Amino acid sequence: MNVVTKLSPKDYATDQEVRWCPGCGDYAILKGVQRTMSDLEADPEKTVFISGIGCAARFPYYMETYGFHTIHGRAAAVATGTKLANPDLEIWLVSGDGDSLSIGGNHLLHLLRRDIDINYLLFNNEIYGLTKGQMSPTSRRGTVSPSSPRGSMDAPVHAIAFALGAGARFVARTYDVAQPHMIATLKRAHAHRGTSFVEILQNCIVYNPDVFADITDKAVASDHQIHLEHGAPLLFGKENEKGLRLDPRTLSIEAVTLGENGVTETDILVHDETNPVLASLIAKMAPPHLPEALGVIYCAADAAPQPEKAERPSSEVMAERLNALMRMGHTWHVG
Amino acid sequence: MTVQLKDSAKHNKTPADREVLESAVVRFAGDSGDGMQLTGAQFTVSSAVAGNDLVTFPDFPAEIRAPVGTTFGVSTFQINFGTREIRTAGDTLDVLVAMNPAGLITNLEDLREDGLLIIDENTFQERNLKKAGYETNPLEDGSLAKYRVMTLEISKYAQNAAKAVENVEITNKESVRTKNMWALGLVLWLFDRDTVVTKERLEQKFAKLPDIAKINVAALVAGHAFGETMELAPGASAYHVPPAELPAGEYRNVTGSQGICWGLATGAHLAGLELVYCSYPITPASNMLHILAGMAEDLGVKTFQAEDEIAAATAAIGASYAGGIGVTGSSGPGVALKTEAIGLACAAELPMIIVNAQRGGPSTGLPTKTEQSDLYQSVYGRNADSPLVVLAAHSPGDCYYMAVEAVRLATKYMTPVILLSDGYLANSSEPWSVPDVSSMQPFGVTTTTVPENFEPFMRDPKTLARPWVVPGTPGGIHRIGGLERAQGSGNVSYDPDNHQEMTDLRAAKIRGIAHDIPEQTVERGDAEGDIAVVGWGSTFGPINRAVENLRDEGLSVSHVHINHIWPLPANLKDVLEKFPKILVPEMNNGQLVNLLRAEYLLPAESLPKVSGKPFKVSEIEDAVRSRLGENE
Ligand code: SF4
Repeated sequence: MNVVTKLSPKDYATDQEVRWCPGCGDYAILKGVQRTMSDLEADPEKTVFISGIGCAARFPYYMETYGFHTIHGRAAAVATGTKLANPDLEIWLVSGDGDSLSIGGNHLLHLLRRDIDINYLLFNNEIYGLTKGQMSPTSRRGTVSPSSPRGSMDAPVHAIAFALGAGARFVARTYDVAQPHMIATLKRAHAHRGTSFVEILQNCIVYNPDVFADITDKAVASDHQIHLEHGAPLLFGKENEKGLRLDPRTLSIEAVTLGENGVTETDILVHDETNPVLASLIAKMAPPHLPEALGVIYCAADAAPQPEKAERPSSEVMAERLNALMRMGHTWHVG
Repeated sequence: MTVQLKDSAKHNKTPADREVLESAVVRFAGDSGDGMQLTGAQFTVSSAVAGNDLVTFPDFPAEIRAPVGTTFGVSTFQINFGTREIRTAGDTLDVLVAMNPAGLITNLEDLREDGLLIIDENTFQERNLKKAGYETNPLEDGSLAKYRVMTLEISKYAQNAAKAVENVEITNKESVRTKNMWALGLVLWLFDRDTVVTKERLEQKFAKLPDIAKINVAALVAGHAFGETMELAPGASAYHVPPAELPAGEYRNVTGSQGICWGLATGAHLAGLELVYCSYPITPASNMLHILAGMAEDLGVKTFQAEDEIAAATAAIGASYAGGIGVTGSSGPGVALKTEAIGLACAAELPMIIVNAQRGGPSTGLPTKTEQSDLYQSVYGRNADSPLVVLAAHSPGDCYYMAVEAVRLATKYMTPVILLSDGYLANSSEPWSVPDVSSMQPFGVTTTTVPENFEPFMRDPKTLARPWVVPGTPGGIHRIGGLERAQGSGNVSYDPDNHQEMTDLRAAKIRGIAHDIPEQTVERGDAEGDIAVVGWGSTFGPINRAVENLRDEGLSVSHVHINHIWPLPANLKDVLEKFPKILVPEMNNGQLVNLLRAEYLLPAESLPKVSGKPFKVSEIEDAVRSRLGENE
């Protein structure tokens, strides 16, 4: 299809009734993704949404593009095969925390290390929604759920740290209702060649409501969020009065206030998204002592080369080559 | 059954004073480090080039480097070659080459009485004898009296030959390691073969190690010359096996793994699709990954070594979704892991091929030993009603044609197809008339044609297949998935009537394929008779030979071989009903037999064998005779 006029976000919506619980963070993400598609002027016929299983995984049914709702945990592997067979396709993968980091952890690990050109959206709500509220691999210690009535005892997987550890070359974080921020982040993910891993904090209003309130609530947002910008000092707070400083004795990051204890802007770290050491330091920051890092945490400077669609030889040439292959080595004639 | 070497009534002397044989069975047995596989493969090539029909059976330990000299470290290579049609690797050996005591003790029982035993006596020292479990030296205690024994200092002769080569730098160890080539030289002479082909191969194989090539050639030539000058014991003679009468054509030797890989590539070519092979290493299927990886450059085959079996299966589905032909290859335990994914391909109705090189089980079982015990797994082994196509190849050459057939059915009917081979087929080889790909009919597959009033689950009224419209196709946008889909639109549907209808349609689509496959024929014997021996897969050879022999005895027995396991050929019931008795030899505990009984309520009887070894012809003959009340 030749996109003559720019498609609106609505043009990327299907006629299917969206079936998430009212108030679910997925609605906001759907809206943000449709807006991103429109801004990018994405060709719906070359775009594929692939998902695993879970609430998030219903996503492809609501996108007026090609789509494949696969099986639990395996979306990364299906997408790998899809990209392998047709490198021209633009693939977006939608997966939840259980899908990505529990049943599908192995596939995510290998997708990231192979750096296949796929945009990976991990909707993290720290709970199993579709199966009615069990603790998930990202649930914090002490999470009370039907399967952990006395509070979960397992340490959670940290999605971004996992991705960095697996060798991801593009890692970012955003959250459901931060529309402009999400759209900007998704565009960066789209621009990156290789696997772009985006964690989207998503509110499950039914089984894990407000688990991210400490980050996303308006009242605390400016103090508990830091919006990363490549080349800019790592400042946050209502008036940008706070910043991040490296403590060289402990190799850790501390939050400081400009003007206090002689702190000046020269003490503040500058964000370098191509620096993997810095990425690993800021990835795990969390309120209340440190702000949650939002935006592009890491983007490797040197994008890996990606395969291109190869021309197939003509049918005659293929037949000749097959004939030749099968006659290699010793052959002999009878009759 | 092979002709007895000394059964002189059937033999003529050749001018060279050699006994002429219709066929012979030779087995090389030694330590896994002794190079028995290379030796056997070389002997195979020279037999093929000499125009014999043949079947080979390599057998090697599961351990990569088993401790030297132990019985579980024994590696063997058996070849049955002849001037007559050869169908099995042979029940009993005419010649056994034992490179060490462990090779002797584990293989001697297969050597026929009066058979020729060639032994490397240099390896029969106390330590090796003990490791093999001998209390006394069999070369001295008279226990080999019923065989014709040639004890030779093979290691020493080989070493001498290697060391005599001038201007090479070799270690002692390297010179001893040429003993397999010395033995090969002798056996080549024994069967009236020269060393030309083998020399060429050695020079090719060791192109980067010219010194190693030289000493191996020297040992080979020395072994051959030893035969020329040797004085044979009275009554013994060397042999000549004249060429077989094969149909005209260009021939080569082919293994089952090669057959499948070339067949998949040919099928993909006929479908006009890219072959995407996704696999995880597993014995005995890994070879296919190696062969196909080598076909990337010229034939555009894409291979993907996945992180696990599940990823291999789902990536294959992803590849088919995008318009390639996605194939995943494995063995039983690996296929078990793939079953959920195969169910997705059934539900989404996407083409997919699963090659299962079966091995002994359950669980890890016997990785290097053959079995055909995954028939249930293939036909029934998924959650819910999830019918698909199951095919079984019956010989290395047939692997090629069944792989082509797998691609045809998968793409025409938008369905997963399981193609069964086994450890025996994968590794064994036979002469094969190489087909001409350019004369084969293309399948006419389309992936970017959007039918009028397109819906992803609209169906071709004849095949009941849905249209294949791949992402990237203008005007074809749609979504598919594993949730039940509404007939037609493909939208998610929990409607009870729709689920009934879709379940029925999926079943009818696969059942209908019974009319799009070759009719069942009787492979050997009459269309009516006292008993039918019904087989599938690699039991073809022994069943066919057994039935031929029994018919020569005057028994009313026929061989029916099933290549399409599911759906079964439409006329199979009619074929089987012509026989009051049905015997089903299988290398499992009785699986096809139950499928036949369940489908047709026929009195089929099982002849199971799960020893990790193929059937012997005599085992099937005995079973048939006993069913017909004949005395053996
Ligand atoms: S269960 Fe939670 S995540 Fe799932 S749709 Fe409802 S609110 Fe959203």
